[in-house]
Amino acid sequence: MLPEEIAPFIGKSIGTIACEVEKGSIKRFADAVEETNPLYWDEDYAIKSRFGSIIAPPGFFGWPVKLPRGMTFQRPTDISDPPDATDGMRATLAKAGYANVLDGGIEYEFFLPVRAGDVLTAKSIIKEVREREGKTGKMAFVIIETAYTNKKNELVAVQRSTAIYR
Amino acid sequence: MAKQLYWENVEQGGEVTPLAKVATTRMLVKWAGASGDFNPLHYDAAFAAAVGVGSPIVHGALKRQWLVQLVTDWMGEQGTLKKFACSYRAMDWPRKMATPLTPEDGQTWQCKGKVTKKYIDGSEHLVDCDIWIENGKGEVTTPGTATVVLPSKG
Repeated sequence: MLPEEIAPFIGKSIGTIACEVEKGSIKRFADAVEETNPLYWDEDYAIKSRFGSIIAPPGFFGWPVKLPRGMTFQRPTDISDPPDATDGMRATLAKAGYANVLDGGIEYEFFLPVRAGDVLTAKSIIKEVREREGKTGKMAFVIIETAYTNKKNELVAVQRSTAIYR
Repeated sequence: MAKQLYWENVEQGGEVTPLAKVATTRMLVKWAGASGDFNPLHYDAAFAAAVGVGSPIVHGALKRQWLVQLVTDWMGEQGTLKKFACSYRAMDWPRKMATPLTPEDGQTWQCKGKVTKKYIDGSEHLVDCDIWIENGKGEVTTPGTATVVLPSKG
């Protein structure tokens, strides 16, 4: 059973981060995946496309646009609304016997393309914590929801990451 | 780039053009640097053994990005990926490197998909797909779904 102490963490912020999307970062990201689409690195090609500039592959929402801390080992550089609820939630889960974390999966809704030079703000909250019986025993599923907005405050994407604690 | 796909050319039950991928230890290092995921589970053999996965495993997010490429390659430049989801159900282990640039022989992963629904919503011509990654044994390790908007000839 999940302890009652977990309830106060639901809906809590785990930080808001602003990051510039750099051309070089997009290129390295696409290269690591072995992408073949010139939209991600060929400026001449991309400018003539319907996007008018280099874009990032859908899913380009890790570094340098940070993932929620629940999903990476990266330290955020600019938390504009501390305190961060992640440590408290993790400690509560660990006390209940859920000390190990695995990446369970992800969901995206995309609203606008991400262009090189965009400055994105990522705001993450603890959306949901639920328990499930798995093959290897009990697991706690933690859903972190991140909303990405651009400088005009338009919604670019919403991401829901599932971390499995067991 | 593949030629442009149109909504009229897609049928329910039709295949998403498959994409073959080879995960290597080299690729995992590149992905760690590009994505910022520095969990030692993906590059430190002793750490991976200690946490019980044998040897370093492929990042779930890298497999996610293979599936994103599967869909975006298939839909073409005029298509738009609207929704995407995948689950990391089973672990995958990369091929080790034989030379600084070439991997050892081993398994090749196949990213695949199937059209489950074709419909119009307002002005948008939409297609839903099941997508997944099969390991070298043909086992699905990473199932998912995608919704894309395609251009229409009409």
